[in-house]
Amino acid sequence: MGRIILEQVTKSFGDVNVIPPLDLEIEDGEFVVFVGPSGCGKSTLLRLIAGLEDVSSGQISIDGRAATELPPAKRGLAMVFQSYALYPHMSVRKNISFPLKMAGLDQAEQNKRVEAAAKVLNLTDYLDRRPGQLSGGQRQRVAIGRAIVREPAAFLFDEPLSNLDAALRVNMRLEISELHNSLETTMIYVTHDQVEAMTMADKIVVLRAGHIEQVGTPLDLYRNPRNLFVAGFIGSPKMNFIEGAEAAKHNAATIGIRPEHLSISKSEGQWKGTVGVSEHLGSDTFLHVHAKDLTSEPITVRSDGEVDIHHGDTVFLSPQDDKIHRFDKEGLRIS
Amino acid sequence: MATQHSKSAARFMISPAVLLLLGWMLIPLSLTLYFSFLRYNLLMPGTEEWAGFLNYRFFLTDPAFFDAIWNTLLLVGGVLVITIVGGVLLALLLDQPFWGQGIVRILVIAPFFVMPTVSALVWKNMFMNPVNGLFAFLAKAVGLEPFDFLAHAPLSSIILIVAWGWLPFATLILLTALQSLDSEQLEAAEMDGASWLSRFFYIMLPHLSRAITVVILIQTIFLLSVFAEILVTTNGGPGTATTNLTFLVYAQSLLQFDVGAGSAGGVVAIILANIVAIFLMRMIGKNLDA
Repeated sequence: MGRIILEQVTKSFGDVNVIPPLDLEIEDGEFVVFVGPSGCGKSTLLRLIAGLEDVSSGQISIDGRAATELPPAKRGLAMVFQSYALYPHMSVRKNISFPLKMAGLDQAEQNKRVEAAAKVLNLTDYLDRRPGQLSGGQRQRVAIGRAIVREPAAFLFDEPLSNLDAALRVNMRLEISELHNSLETTMIYVTHDQVEAMTMADKIVVLRAGHIEQVGTPLDLYRNPRNLFVAGFIGSPKMNFIEGAEAAKHNAATIGIRPEHLSISKSEGQWKGTVGVSEHLGSDTFLHVHAKDLTSEPITVRSDGEVDIHHGDTVFLSPQDDKIHRFDKEGLRIS
Repeated sequence: MATQHSKSAARFMISPAVLLLLGWMLIPLSLTLYFSFLRYNLLMPGTEEWAGFLNYRFFLTDPAFFDAIWNTLLLVGGVLVITIVGGVLLALLLDQPFWGQGIVRILVIAPFFVMPTVSALVWKNMFMNPVNGLFAFLAKAVGLEPFDFLAHAPLSSIILIVAWGWLPFATLILLTALQSLDSEQLEAAEMDGASWLSRFFYIMLPHLSRAITVVILIQTIFLLSVFAEILVTTNGGPGTATTNLTFLVYAQSLLQFDVGAGSAGGVVAIILANIVAIFLMRMIGKNLDA
């Protein structure tokens, strides 16, 4: 069981108020991702839940138990750190069994649980190695192993994939998702990478400067971003924003249109522009179109991989009308 | 890049340093070896003659020799234990955030800059003196008999004095080592349910082991040759209670004017120091590899 409730939680370091009063409910078994730009307080929030930082005010409860004053070890949570934080002088086996040893389990039980965890994580052959002899992905798995042997109420991940190379990151993403499916334990995952957030989360919490901007399922955030920040943060490539006369036509201060909701044509369309940089990814092509009458920023368009449009070509863009997001002067969504 | 040409150029360039070092080491060493086989007494100049191994037999069968070895070991061991245990504790203390941290850290290193002769004299006259010393004053203040440190516990007193001088060194090295410990490891251990003591023994101490080996190695080299502290406090006495090997060699050659026996003692000391060095290098090699 891992239902975590934060009520009016705040955190300040000296005069700097990192987390203004914040409420959040995390249901049992949910995969929640905290996402936001660096410095938005997402890691601090995770550390508050872990108990590694004390809240300045407010209440945290885990499984209906008041946990605000509890030390980290008593909260029944396990954490996977960005640097993995493996103990370099201990073998993989000792690393994984360390929490069990601290809990005072007998040797046989320790071995049993370590073997089981190693099997799940494909670490059986590496149990007697030191962390220094393992690759990045294997170290990551050891860190996860150390977390799962404790059978915690919830897992906390602090940007666990940011030290891995791109290919490995995709693999580990899948592994963590599978782990969540098989364990069905609450997981809280912090990342600045919106792709990780979109692909893994049941629920995404978008943070900015300690404030929760929006909470929802990935598709919910993608379809109905509550404000400009969420609209710009979720989705890759970023949403295009157009202000001024064109936005006024739609009765909004700003309109947003995602690159995948624009069609491009050489002959006809609503907006005229010149192609700048085009990025060919094979499956897709991202074209950066300069439309000076609309906006000073280039407009990103996602198109077919095989599209025959080049730098300097004059093109016409047409948005899909029902996919236009409208925002008011404060940046809030107009529905 | 190690071409034949660059290799010979490198050899040529380091040769002055090598030659200087060789001269510096080899000339005194060979002279000492030479003297150790001579009957060479400063009171009878001009009567030097070949003595074979007589000097060695004389030095090695001298009861003072075994006392000196024992005292040397006690001195080195005692100071190492005090500085490392104390150094770890002080490092832990200084690693905590507190007001005036910078100044305190600088002050802590201060004893290391006090010359051994000076610090020993200060300890002898200002602290340990049974009449004028601060300890005697404190003892009298609570109604106790003043304790004559250098007369009744001479070796322990010298160990204390030397340890006081080396404690900052150990503290500083261990403090920097402690600061290089990844704080996420400690937090991970905290999440894993480790108490402060478990964190210390399972995480911090293993992390410090390299630094501790380095401290042991460097200090042993210097502690084997402690001399000034003994000379200005007890002069090796009472009896041979505080005579270590270095002091015995000095006493033999310059107090008893027997340069031959002194040189033999010097050679014996070199051999013993090398035996210690072999063990140390093995220990350090093992510890630094990991």
